[in-house]
Amino acid sequence: MERVSAGTKLTVLVLFAPFILWMLLLVILPHIDLLTISLRERVAPRVYEFSFKNYMEFFVEPLYWRTFARTAIMSILATVLTLIIGFPISYYIAKIARGRLKSSLFLLCMLPFWVSELVRTFGWMILLRESGIISGVLQWLGLADGPVEMLYNDAAIMVGLVYTSMLFMVVPLVSTLDSLDDGLIEAAYDLGGSTIAILREIVIPHAMPGIVSGCIVVFMLTLGNYLTPTLLGGKDSLWFTEQIYNQFITRFNWEQGSAFGFLLLLLSSAIIWTGLRLTRQRLQDTIK
Amino acid sequence: MNADASAAFDLEVESVVKKFAAFTAVDEVSFTVPKGSFFSILGPSGCGKTTLMRMIAGFLEPTSGDLRIKGRSMLGVPPNRRPVNMVFQHLALFPMMSVAENVAYGLRRRGAGRAEIEEKVAAMLARVGLPDAGEKRIDQLSGGQKQRIAIARCLVLEPDLLLLDEPLGALDLKLREQMKVELKQLQADVGTTFVYITHDQSEALVMSDQVAVMNAGRFEQVGNPQALYYRPETAFVAGFVGDSNRWIGAAVAVDGRGIKLATDDGLVLYGTAAGRGQVQSGGSLDVFVRPESIAISRSGKDMESWHNRVQGKVKNLLFNGANSRAVVIDDKTGFELIVALPQTGEFADLQRGETVHLGWSAEQTLCFVHDGAAEAA
Amino acid sequence: MFKYKQEGRIVMIKSTLKVLAGTAIVALFAGNAQADTLRLLTWGGYAPDEVIALFKKETGIDVKVTKSNNEDMISKLRATGGSGFDLAQPSQDRIAGAQREYGIYKPLDLSKINKAQFIDSMFKSTTSQSMVDGKVYGVPHVWGTSGLIVDKSKAGWVKDYTDLCDPKLKGKVSYRLKRPTLIGFAFAMGMDPFAAYNDKAKYAEILSKVEKKLISCKGNVKAYWSGGDQLLNLVRSGEVVAAMAWDTGGWKLNNEMKSVTFVAPKSGALGWIDSFALPARGKNDEAAYKWINFVMQPKIAAMITKAAGNFTASKGADNYVDARLKAQFQESFPQEAIDNIKWYPPVPAGLEEMEGKVLDRIKAAKSN
Ligand SMILES: Nc1ncnc2c1ncn2[C@@H]1O[C@H](COP(=O)(O)OP(=O)(O)OP(=O)(O)O)[C@@H](O)[C@H]1O
Ligand SMILES: [Mg+2]
Repeated sequence: MERVSAGTKLTVLVLFAPFILWMLLLVILPHIDLLTISLRERVAPRVYEFSFKNYMEFFVEPLYWRTFARTAIMSILATVLTLIIGFPISYYIAKIARGRLKSSLFLLCMLPFWVSELVRTFGWMILLRESGIISGVLQWLGLADGPVEMLYNDAAIMVGLVYTSMLFMVVPLVSTLDSLDDGLIEAAYDLGGSTIAILREIVIPHAMPGIVSGCIVVFMLTLGNYLTPTLLGGKDSLWFTEQIYNQFITRFNWEQGSAFGFLLLLLSSAIIWTGLRLTRQRLQDTIK
Repeated sequence: MNADASAAFDLEVESVVKKFAAFTAVDEVSFTVPKGSFFSILGPSGCGKTTLMRMIAGFLEPTSGDLRIKGRSMLGVPPNRRPVNMVFQHLALFPMMSVAENVAYGLRRRGAGRAEIEEKVAAMLARVGLPDAGEKRIDQLSGGQKQRIAIARCLVLEPDLLLLDEPLGALDLKLREQMKVELKQLQADVGTTFVYITHDQSEALVMSDQVAVMNAGRFEQVGNPQALYYRPETAFVAGFVGDSNRWIGAAVAVDGRGIKLATDDGLVLYGTAAGRGQVQSGGSLDVFVRPESIAISRSGKDMESWHNRVQGKVKNLLFNGANSRAVVIDDKTGFELIVALPQTGEFADLQRGETVHLGWSAEQTLCFVHDGAAEAA
Repeated sequence: MFKYKQEGRIVMIKSTLKVLAGTAIVALFAGNAQADTLRLLTWGGYAPDEVIALFKKETGIDVKVTKSNNEDMISKLRATGGSGFDLAQPSQDRIAGAQREYGIYKPLDLSKINKAQFIDSMFKSTTSQSMVDGKVYGVPHVWGTSGLIVDKSKAGWVKDYTDLCDPKLKGKVSYRLKRPTLIGFAFAMGMDPFAAYNDKAKYAEILSKVEKKLISCKGNVKAYWSGGDQLLNLVRSGEVVAAMAWDTGGWKLNNEMKSVTFVAPKSGALGWIDSFALPARGKNDEAAYKWINFVMQPKIAAMITKAAGNFTASKGADNYVDARLKAQFQESFPQEAIDNIKWYPPVPAGLEEMEGKVLDRIKAAKSN
């Protein structure tokens, strides 16, 4: 007995070794490194001192926490919008479309992801810019008498973010909605349920794991997005990841950048935790 | 529940047709279901039973024809507005709700008060024999219990009509036998009109007041279980309801309802015309004889009073207690007949290979004009 | 509170990790760093394919080019402790500070460099500016300026950076949110930021004035450009009519649109010199010196000028330069404009952090 269990343990260890190694080398160790860097302060060339200054900086300098708050609020908004737009699409794909229509619609959602994010974002820029297609069409239709600038504002960022995130919302939603027995909807209808009541009491509770995982993924992706907000947002769009990038790359301030990185990790986890608490969901339920 | 008193029928179906593109799933079906009765629709898989029921529930609109519940036409009325509830083939209990919430669902949607809901749900759970199951989750119930909750969920709404789509289909044989009895009892207790779909003839015969036999989108015959069993009107019904020995043959001579005929195997038999068709001399026939209407004896002398006589050897014995049967091979034609063994014990020692004599009357030899439809059965 | 030097305990762990990661990476990409290869970290256009081919023919050495910019170069070299490349090309004002702070370069052996090929004044300037502890870390290569790109048909009256904030140009202007913008505006506003480089309080005061100006100017800005091509497209489409940018961009546009060109601002164009520096852990110094001497030959230097659009510190290369570029240069830079060029002095440590915050605040402010 003893020997068998030792043998099994070894097998398990060997099987998991690549995963453990991967976690250790690429996730845990860099984060430990990052943490130690974030907890020091430069006092003279190549002389550092242990300090919480970099963390304090975030709370003391309104610029930084405002940037974070703005990024978080915009990300939440983008997540909610993606959900509101993605849900009917997913419902249509999962429950109403049949056969070829179903697969082609699904494919259509994936199409934007065959090109890189950069190209996708440039696509939007071509559409939205002052000398761009939409502006041209509006003028041609006589709906605008001069060029219309639709780029470089929060709405443009929102459009870009929702577009980029759509697939990550639709995939989990379609798969949970697919698993919803049509009979349940019909039964509820048969028992007197109205469309709205069925949506609220049958469809949404069933789709909840998909909604939660879709929202978490979209929220994290949006929060961590860099290209879309900087390119589409233009001059007023300070995004928190841009802040981190700036600290690391253009300011050589690794200490501050690491601290921001950790704060982003902690604060976004806190936001997700709060979101789960508010909607009375548990993370474990989404993984089944 | 302001029922129209003049309507004697809870459900009237009039010339209903349902077409899916070129395919006709339900073809000119008409029937009526009297108040408080247990009405079954029996038919083979794919004959259109579910389609018909979904039209009654409101999930499908008929291509033509009319549906009336308590005298009121249901055309264009959505399912949530019809005084009809349905027990689904796969039950469709809501897994996100407790048992009590499932039962309460319809009441809540109607806007009933909290106290009323609690009272009715408790009473209904007691009625289906699960008074303590209210707090359980759906996946904590056994198959039979789920069955009962699915029915309770509908009955608590006191519908004019309860539709049940093969509700016992998912249960194992033993449980199915038990639920059959319970369901019949429940229907008698609550007095709600049941329309019950099944492809299992024993379910239909045991529970129903009236049975409609459906085949390829049409109703072959509507009647009580005895009528269907003893007086089938079509070859399909004769073949589908109960077991029969069956030949294909041709009429040799016709005298009123009496027929002399020759089977394809060369056996000459005397029979009686049944069903709607007119039997012509020389016309092709489907011939049915029930195993229990055949007399069996070890001596040929006992058989002299029967119109039809056959001598053969026992090929096989199918022992099944009171339902035991013998398979006999006709010496002349090699045709295999199934014969019910009398319960007198006289044949308890019957051996394989033994020679036996069989006889049956012309009245119990039902002859239908052959139309090919019976092949399906 | 305790102090520790860079060679402290945590750094030990870090360097162990680096060795680990390094071994893994080397194992994965073995053969990348062969002795007959020069790994060059430089700007776009500074190592044209034809020059690389000529160099290979003459010396047998392959050149592997990684395109970059000042900040990226420092970041990359800092992350690897100065390894991964054999030769880098930071601007001369960004060498000494980075060297003091991170030790990412090694001193140059000037005896291996053919001094005669360099324009004297530039060679002196770069070697003295890149000096740390008496050792020289940089020699000059390409120089240029930033100033204004103006569409003369639409905004011919723009003469200085502050003119970009004129209400007439609402939504029609673009510049970068980087330190040159701060410095250029400071000069245009009549201050001398270079003189205040070593007086942090004074520098902070200048920055705060510039910050206010640039925030009030936000309404004029179409977008803050970040890549050269992005700016060129904005001007080409006519969405932007005046911008702060590099001289080469203006001349490039001038080739396509006659009315657009580079203008040296009244307060002076900002002059930079991109130089050569040896990364601290470069493996092929010989090849690096060979490359420096090779590209400083007048004919080769002229080829680089053609590709990059900027002039080099190579003595006599002018004779081989495209006449059109020369004409464009002369139009943008009359003699007094050349004399007025403000050359970047080395950036002392700590300034970039101050500037960074100012730039962040400008970006975060709402435009009016
Ligand atoms: N939506 C539809 N479109 C096309 N054909 C359909 C549709 N629904 C049912 N049919 C066809 O109609 C016929 C009757 O189907 P129905 O579901 O009513 O059979 P059933 O009698 O309930 O069978 P079972 O006992 O197997 O449940 C079948 O041949 C089926 O293929
Ligand atoms: Mg069915």
